[in-house]
Amino acid sequence: MDAAKETSWEPKIITFLCNWCSYAGADLAGVSRIQYPASTRTIRVPCSGRVNPLFILRALQNGADGILVSGCHPGDCHYLSGNYAARRKFSILAGLLEHVGIEKERVQFSWVSAAEAGRFAEVITEITEDVKKLGPANRMVKKRVH
Amino acid sequence: MENLSKEIREAVKKLFEEDKVDLVIGFENGSLPLKATPCFIRNIDDIDRLVWNSRCENNLAVYLTKNKGKIGIVAKGCDSRAIVGLMQENQIDRENLVIIGIPCGGMVDQKKIEKSLQEKEPLEVKENHDSLVIKGNGFEETLKISDILYDNCMSCKHRNPVIHDVLIGEPVEEQDDVDEFAGVKAFEEKSSDERWDHFVKQGEKCIRCYACRNACPFCFCEECSVDSSQPQWFGKSIALSDTQVFHLMRSFHIAGRCVDCGACVRACPMDVDLRFFNKKIEKDVRELFSHEAGIDPEAAPPLNTYNTDDYDDFIKS
Repeated sequence: MDAAKETSWEPKIITFLCNWCSYAGADLAGVSRIQYPASTRTIRVPCSGRVNPLFILRALQNGADGILVSGCHPGDCHYLSGNYAARRKFSILAGLLEHVGIEKERVQFSWVSAAEAGRFAEVITEITEDVKKLGPANRMVKKRVH
Repeated sequence: MENLSKEIREAVKKLFEEDKVDLVIGFENGSLPLKATPCFIRNIDDIDRLVWNSRCENNLAVYLTKNKGKIGIVAKGCDSRAIVGLMQENQIDRENLVIIGIPCGGMVDQKKIEKSLQEKEPLEVKENHDSLVIKGNGFEETLKISDILYDNCMSCKHRNPVIHDVLIGEPVEEQDDVDEFAGVKAFEEKSSDERWDHFVKQGEKCIRCYACRNACPFCFCEECSVDSSQPQWFGKSIALSDTQVFHLMRSFHIAGRCVDCGACVRACPMDVDLRFFNKKIEKDVRELFSHEAGIDPEAAPPLNTYNTDDYDDFIKS
């Protein structure tokens, strides 16, 4: 944490954004020139339900400091129920990750609609600050075996 | 126990005579005195091999997805729950399945016996109602069965089969007063660092033999994503991180399906604490979705369905 404060370390945050809501929200934030930390690496997915928990674990393995999965608000899914299915999956995954000692703030979830550009910027600012407090990810990161 | 073995044989004989089964999956004595092993009876002349005792620990439901035709299966509480789980997932041809249910008093943990024998070799074992008498060269020991049960049997809530066509023996009393999640709750009290240390220790023990997957009745996929190399979903190196990802995903794949039969724990040659993962998920599924695996054949698996008012607090909105 101190190291993070002293240096100009910026976390790398992988964001899985659903094509229909959160990705469009991020796009709107861009065209509206709303400022938010440049810590995110966006991966566009068709639906939050497309995000296999394995994607999240692989991101952690490959050194992501934080992960955000964002989709449409409940009831607004382009595929009607994709985000409901995702919600069940991720509630189990979040509990499991916390149980095995992965910090809760590393892997976060949000609902952001296509119109909520300001909200998108807020969510990114929040998760960036949370992850900055935690410092660089170490647990689960794949290290070379000699 | 002899009576129950006899009753099983009679029931199976009747099934063969009435041409209701081509194959019966049950237990026979293993090659070591304390072991029982799954056996596959295809011929009425072989039914005398069938036995029942407190070492019939395997979950036989695992063989249902690997065999076709008219099958009879000897099922204790956890086996029957696994069968119900497989029925929910349309993996079972119920019309061609005869479930020979048998109330179970719990299975004895081979490792706990080894520990109490302190390296003495058992040569002969006799089972009484609630104890095992183990004899060897120059010793005889009596162990109380309830002291040496597997951990999952000690906290088992469904000792009687939840589904059966034939019932062997009398129903046993359920352990209503035990808290099956006591272990998980104790873990949840620990700090994040302590839990992580435990997870690391489990990962370091694992040799990735996948015996836990093979023993699991719910790991019936034709091709397991762990084995796939094109695309390669799972890292195959011996790096700790790869092993940890395997364990997280293995337990996640049986989320809401695991009936805590303990087959994975018994199959593990390295003593990995697999219930550390399974029980946590089972507890969350119970609390969040009010679902208990393997009880109602008509119920949808919890991750195949949803409610519009599901738990939402962990999501920013």
